[in-house]
Amino acid sequence: MKLYDKLFDAEQFTLTNGKTVSQKFTRTPLIILFLLIGIAVSVWVTGFSLTMLVTNIAGFWHIFGSMFPPKLSYFLQVWRPLLMTIQMSFFGSFFGSLLALPFAVLAASNITNNRGINLVVRFILTVVRTIPTLVSALIATYIFGLGTFAGTVAIFLFSFSFVGKQLFEYIETVDMGAYEALTATGANAPRAFVTTVFPQILPTYLSTALFAFEGNVRYAAILGYVGAGGIGMILNEKIGWREFQSVGMILLSIFVAVVIIETVSQQLRKHLS
Amino acid sequence: MNKKLEAVLSKEPSRRVQYSITGAILLILLVASSPALGGANMTSKGFEIGWNILTGIFTPDTSLLFGLGDSGVAYLILQTIAIAFLGTLVGAVIAVPLSFISATNIVPRPVVLVTRFIIMAIRTVPSLVYGLMFIRVTGPGPFAGVMTLAIVSIGMISKLFIETIEDLDTGILESLDAFGSTLFQKIRYGILPQLGSDFISILVYRFDMNLREATILGLVGAGGIGAPMIFALSAYHWHQVGAILIGLFLLVFIVEILSDKLRQKILHG
Repeated sequence: MKLYDKLFDAEQFTLTNGKTVSQKFTRTPLIILFLLIGIAVSVWVTGFSLTMLVTNIAGFWHIFGSMFPPKLSYFLQVWRPLLMTIQMSFFGSFFGSLLALPFAVLAASNITNNRGINLVVRFILTVVRTIPTLVSALIATYIFGLGTFAGTVAIFLFSFSFVGKQLFEYIETVDMGAYEALTATGANAPRAFVTTVFPQILPTYLSTALFAFEGNVRYAAILGYVGAGGIGMILNEKIGWREFQSVGMILLSIFVAVVIIETVSQQLRKHLS
Repeated sequence: MNKKLEAVLSKEPSRRVQYSITGAILLILLVASSPALGGANMTSKGFEIGWNILTGIFTPDTSLLFGLGDSGVAYLILQTIAIAFLGTLVGAVIAVPLSFISATNIVPRPVVLVTRFIIMAIRTVPSLVYGLMFIRVTGPGPFAGVMTLAIVSIGMISKLFIETIEDLDTGILESLDAFGSTLFQKIRYGILPQLGSDFISILVYRFDMNLREATILGLVGAGGIGAPMIFALSAYHWHQVGAILIGLFLLVFIVEILSDKLRQKILHG
């Protein structure tokens, strides 16, 4: 940036009161240049081609069109895996959020006054969070065998790291006055935490957990792709067999379930805040 | 003094009924969800595989990790970034007009309901399904990944864009009108400065999310770092798995930090 400012002179203005002010040369050309380079490299690496897209897009619409009308009678086979997906999400989110609480306390520097513990716990949360859920589900199927349990483990790990991070960042912003007052009167740290800090973080904690649950239901739908149970299994199967009307029905069921769960959970979250 | 304290304490409403009802509901839901634990089939083999993956992470295949060829981790990371970058841009190009016709302060209510329903429906379809659909269009490879991410991003980008557009301060437009500005001047000086930084910040955020998404697209053959990982896993090449997992972690971690910094700079100068 300094070099850039040296190359292009700043513009000088003389104000009416005799002072001179300078405005740096605009950065827009530089940003556009970087953007263009990025686009060029990406197009080259990915083999993006607009002409291919335009000529072959009919295939996309063809698949899309053949999903309509969804095969409604297929719902008899859909509801069970769909329910399983929701159960996996609930179970994983619940225990993930539960485990997140002690870890968040350990990661928050205002409650746990030990830099080493803070950093280690934060590092654990970061590592778990960066591994995509589908990847952890895939690894879980190798360890626990194919089935819903692997999916539950993946959802558990994601909820744990997501809620843990959100919560510890929130704990660090709470009002510590009451906590300090209580420890000054001789309360031990856990006792003081439960009576003063916990009520402050509870609404955010619950609302983050609900948010994780919402997202998990949506996400659990694809876990079946790696054999980790739920509705993704039949989705994958039906796409493979090109039974697109059944695929349409599955997607419709997911859509309805997600809308219902999101509406309920958003109402609850509104109530919490 | 103590009596006063006790009087205040006793005034606190008893939430016991509320708490027990909430607890009971949670318990019932948990019991109802317990089938989620089914299918656990942990054998000594599973444990062994878990251990192998762990040792693989600590003794990664260095020729893969530092390799610069087409199959090296560096190239895979570049490809994943490229997919996420182009995907976000194409998604934004589609999302901008879509969000303008879904903002309540620009178009009438019935139109908004229809377009929002469409956006919601686009959002529900899982990314892997789009991936499988686009593979029929473009053939397997990173191009399919770009299109998949573009469509997947539309939902979130337009949702956030709509919020920004609905927050537009129309007073500025009115005062520009009062000066006698032309339509182009109104857009250039009245609308772009208000939307620009928010839009860019949303796109950077979505790029961060798309990057995570791009790492799994390889499962359906849509390019990125995911595909070689599947191959390595199913071939039990634990050192390669370790190398790819390390690459994945570094990629997601560094991009997250950078995008956070960039968004701070864009929004708060």
